Amino acid sequence: MGGLQIPMTHVLLLAATLFSCGLLGLMLRRNIIFMLMSLEVMLNAAALAFVAAGAKWGQADGQVIFLLILTVAAAEVAVGLGLVLQIQRRFKTLDMDQANRLRG
Amino acid sequence: MAIWLIPFLPLLSATLLMVSTGRMPRSLTAVLGAGSVGLAALLVALLAQGFLADGQVREVTLWTWMAVDNFTPRVAFYVDGLTIVMMSVITGVGFLIHLYSIEFMWDDESLCRYFAYMNLFVAAMLLLVMADNLLLLYLGWEGVGVCSYLLVGFWYRDADNGKAARKAFVVTRVGDTAMALGLFLLFTELGTLDIQPLMVAANANWQVGDTLPIVATALLLGGAVGKSAQLPLHTWLPDAMAGPTPVSALIHAATMVTAGVYLIARNYQLFLLAPPTMQAVAWIGVATLLLAAFTALAQHDIKRILAYSTISQIGYMFLALGVGAFASGIFHLMTHAFFKALLFLAAGAVIHCLHHEHNIFRMGGLRTRLPVVFWSFLIGSAALAALPFTSGFYSKDAILLSAWEQPDIGPWLWAGGLLGALLTSIYSFRLVFIVFFGEAQTEPDRQPGWRMAGPLLLLCLLSLIGGWFALPLSGVFPENGHAQVNHSVEIISIATPLLGLLLAYLLFLGRQLSIDKLLASPTGQALKSFCLSGWRIDNLYNALWVRPYTNLAHWWRNEPIDQLYNAVVAASQWSHRTLLGLQTGELRWYATSMVFGLVLLLAIMLRNAT
Amino acid sequence: MSMLVLIGLLLVGGVMAWLAERIAVNLSRWVSLATVTVSLLYLLGIISGLPEGSLQLTPDPGDGSSWLLYLHIDWIERFGIALEMAMDGLSLLLVVLTLLLGLVAIASSWSEIEFKQGLFQANLLWTLAGVCGVFLAMDLFLFFLFWEVMLIPMYLLIAIWGHEKREYAAMKFFIFTQVSGLLMLLAIVMLAWHGQKVNGHLSFSYFDLLGLPLQGRSGWIMMLGFFIAFTVKLPSFPFHTWLPDAHTQAPTAGSVLLAGILLKTGAYGLLRFCIPLFPDLSAQFAPVAMGLGAAGVIYGAVLAFAQTDFKRLVAYSSVSHMGFVLLGLYAWNNLALQGAIMQMVAHGVSTAALFMMAGALQQRLHTRDMRRMGGLWHQAPRMGACAMFFAVASLGLPGLGNFVAEFLVLAGLFAVQPWLTAIAALGLITAAVYSLWMIQQTFQGKPDEQRSMSDFGSREMFAMTAMMIALVALGVYPQPVLDLAQPVLDGLHGLVQDSMLVAQVRP
Repeated sequence: MGGLQIPMTHVLLLAATLFSCGLLGLMLRRNIIFMLMSLEVMLNAAALAFVAAGAKWGQADGQVIFLLILTVAAAEVAVGLGLVLQIQRRFKTLDMDQANRLRG
Repeated sequence: MAIWLIPFLPLLSATLLMVSTGRMPRSLTAVLGAGSVGLAALLVALLAQGFLADGQVREVTLWTWMAVDNFTPRVAFYVDGLTIVMMSVITGVGFLIHLYSIEFMWDDESLCRYFAYMNLFVAAMLLLVMADNLLLLYLGWEGVGVCSYLLVGFWYRDADNGKAARKAFVVTRVGDTAMALGLFLLFTELGTLDIQPLMVAANANWQVGDTLPIVATALLLGGAVGKSAQLPLHTWLPDAMAGPTPVSALIHAATMVTAGVYLIARNYQLFLLAPPTMQAVAWIGVATLLLAAFTALAQHDIKRILAYSTISQIGYMFLALGVGAFASGIFHLMTHAFFKALLFLAAGAVIHCLHHEHNIFRMGGLRTRLPVVFWSFLIGSAALAALPFTSGFYSKDAILLSAWEQPDIGPWLWAGGLLGALLTSIYSFRLVFIVFFGEAQTEPDRQPGWRMAGPLLLLCLLSLIGGWFALPLSGVFPENGHAQVNHSVEIISIATPLLGLLLAYLLFLGRQLSIDKLLASPTGQALKSFCLSGWRIDNLYNALWVRPYTNLAHWWRNEPIDQLYNAVVAASQWSHRTLLGLQTGELRWYATSMVFGLVLLLAIMLRNAT
Repeated sequence: MSMLVLIGLLLVGGVMAWLAERIAVNLSRWVSLATVTVSLLYLLGIISGLPEGSLQLTPDPGDGSSWLLYLHIDWIERFGIALEMAMDGLSLLLVVLTLLLGLVAIASSWSEIEFKQGLFQANLLWTLAGVCGVFLAMDLFLFFLFWEVMLIPMYLLIAIWGHEKREYAAMKFFIFTQVSGLLMLLAIVMLAWHGQKVNGHLSFSYFDLLGLPLQGRSGWIMMLGFFIAFTVKLPSFPFHTWLPDAHTQAPTAGSVLLAGILLKTGAYGLLRFCIPLFPDLSAQFAPVAMGLGAAGVIYGAVLAFAQTDFKRLVAYSSVSHMGFVLLGLYAWNNLALQGAIMQMVAHGVSTAALFMMAGALQQRLHTRDMRRMGGLWHQAPRMGACAMFFAVASLGLPGLGNFVAEFLVLAGLFAVQPWLTAIAALGLITAAVYSLWMIQQTFQGKPDEQRSMSDFGSREMFAMTAMMIALVALGVYPQPVLDLAQPVLDGLHGLVQDSMLVAQVRP
């Protein structure tokens, strides 16, 4: 394995920072689009950690999980965007604090 | 001869009448109702003839009722002299009353129901006296109780009749429950309920004066007191007069109410093992006969007077049993059945002919208008008052003599009985004088027909000559020969009823003596109303038992136990409402709480790990 | 195998009754009638096919193969669960009672149910199947399964076809039985686990779990788990409060099934499982259980007297009568046990009849409030006569089945606890009070001349007459029932000594 070696700590720090950003975004933003984006950031942060771990121990599992996460993220986005459309249509807003009832 | 036919015939007839539910022609109903009892009476007569000829006790076992371990009561009959006497009274007097009922009840829409109940009663009563074990006796015992309930409440449209019927059943049930406990005790201790083996076992296992026989007999006495309307369970009988009058004659005078006397006489060997109970029987008898006689003096309902007099006369029978004169008690039971049935039937005839009038002060002068009834009533009253040479004289005289001979307490019992005899004479002739003499208040609208008059005449005859019957009781009870007859005692007991007659004449017919002034005074008023209400015992029981029970039921009506479960429900509902506040529906709030929860969990895990 | 066929018949019959509704509206009740009749005939056929005298043989309580019928098919071998069923005289008696009362229930719902008849009949048959399973299952896991199976259709019967407060009543019934069933499940699992430690292999079979040495806290917990489950069903004071609501709100057929047979599963469970599995602990617990029984007798009777609703009154009278069963079971001598079994049968019949009476009154008058009745004898003398008969039966008139039962229970109890007997005997007085008060308020008193009401028709009279004859037969010749139960009791006595619970009746 040649080339530039990025220390593990840095990668994990980055993943943690990204994850925290996503989490904060999820907790603070009211717009559902931003919430979905924050979720995406969190997923990718986790995926990053997996890839790094896979590289560290030279195992393929990390990349396998990364692919799984990609798939899950894609599915989630499909469902999420569908929901966004419905919410927009029903509530005429994307503010999730407005849409706190189960019936539209 | 098939002894089982005797109770079976009325039972069959009752079943047929019930199944027909009134679709049978009235004449057929009447024939079936009275005829079945008549046939039974005939069979009893045959049986009695056979018994008098050979003196053999007859035992018949039909089947084993149930068998669990050594508890094997059978449906079996035991017929000895005592049973024969009882059966003769039940079917003989019963038949006359049934005959009388045909005319008395002819216009009632429920004639069929009436005869069905009456026949059922006769069957149950026969079972009671013929039973060879106490459990079968108990069956008859409860059976007559239910029939009494049904017949007292026969005219069900009036709620008061229903109340009287319920009172009759529940009050006697109190006694019955005591009796049932007595049966449990006897069975647990002696291992059988068959009466004859039970007596043998009791004599073998127990000494005179042991605790167990005292408790057992006291419990049986409870049953007897309830059924025979003695203190303190006598209150139901006056109210039971709400039923049709022939019912009062049959059930509440001649037969059912004497079942308690029969019970004690049947188990006399057991009672002899328990002298304290015997004394209690005697004292209950005396107390009851005095209380009832005093109360009878003040009544103005013709049937209530007779009811109290019945209570009082059964008191005499208890007195006889208590002093060990069992044969005299049974003798009085029989003569009482004759003359009290006569009195009730005569009273029924008066009521029947006088548009259902019960108040004696609205009668009067009936001597010439209803001569048959008058003579019947006069003869009945004479026998009741024990005027010389009537049947009541012989039986009551024997009881008083036996009481006198009792050591220690004898004279007291005798004096009580004598005072009772005086009062009996006064109230019975008060009744005769007020109803049949003086001025007419209400005109009768009909005369009794032959079906009423016939039984009356026959009962008159029995009331007059019944004292000369020799009952076949010698093999049943131990002999207690009157060694020396005390003549002065005898003369006093003959003179007392005559004195009562004189007093009644002076008070109510000749009016030489007047108690109007006494009655008008406040104390007199109070005394009168005290006696009229039967010494306020009803009020006492209402306050002691009835009202607390209904209050308790009312208080519990909404299930205090359920409140406990409702508290659990309320707690879970409260926590539901509290936790509901967390469920805001805001996505960010959920996410945030999840995060904090996770952080908390992680922290705990890390802390535990290190 | 025949036992599985019996239960299968009822289950399949239920499905067929449900489907039959699509062909013709009233067909389902005929299907259901036919199913129960066929099951009954099938059962009687099997019994008559048994070798002669086998009904008199004493079964070995610890070995199912000595019983009348026995079936063992492995099911979930890993946990030692099997389809294990067995029938002895007691089970036979109760299964026959179940099927007979099933017929009564169908008769009583004949013209009452109009909404979704097919589903109604199906639920009815499934309840019967569950009850039969409970009476036959000898594997505790299977027993628990049937215990739940009989519960759910019953819940539906109340919740769908009940009266005005049906949701509340059905939910209360469900929660009470479900929670107590959960306790029993825990106890069963604990017991099986305990059995594994002692026997070395995991088994839920009743026969394997008999005679385990159970002591201490865990023993008590298991015993109470069973006891509470069964006494909720019985129901005994103080777990009875679901019963008045469920009875009152259930349709007539539901009440008949509830009172007639579902309550008996509780008594059966105590007799078959609770006491034999935990003999020592039951002996220590007996005074408490008998105290609860006596309290139930009195409490039920007082509350019955306080009711204005006809069905509620009958329901409380059930509480009172089942108190006698509890007393009899824990007195644990032959007299009292026979009395308790007799009471199950006699109470099943008499109460079923009274609930039919209540249903008939409600159908005619559209009320159960007794204050709005009175003098009905005038309009309906046949109903009055029937009501009178069953009222005096329930107050324990000698010559009818209930008397035999109560007398035996009390006579047996007297040898053990004379004072408690005296208290329970008060129930005889209070029973008279409420029974006669019920008759007074409904059939006696001043009739309302405006009211027009039809009397019993021939179909109703037929059912009533059959039950009257049954009660009279039980009252004057109870021996067949006693003989059927005696070998079973002998077997149980071999398992649980008389002296453990009581002193022997002196010979």
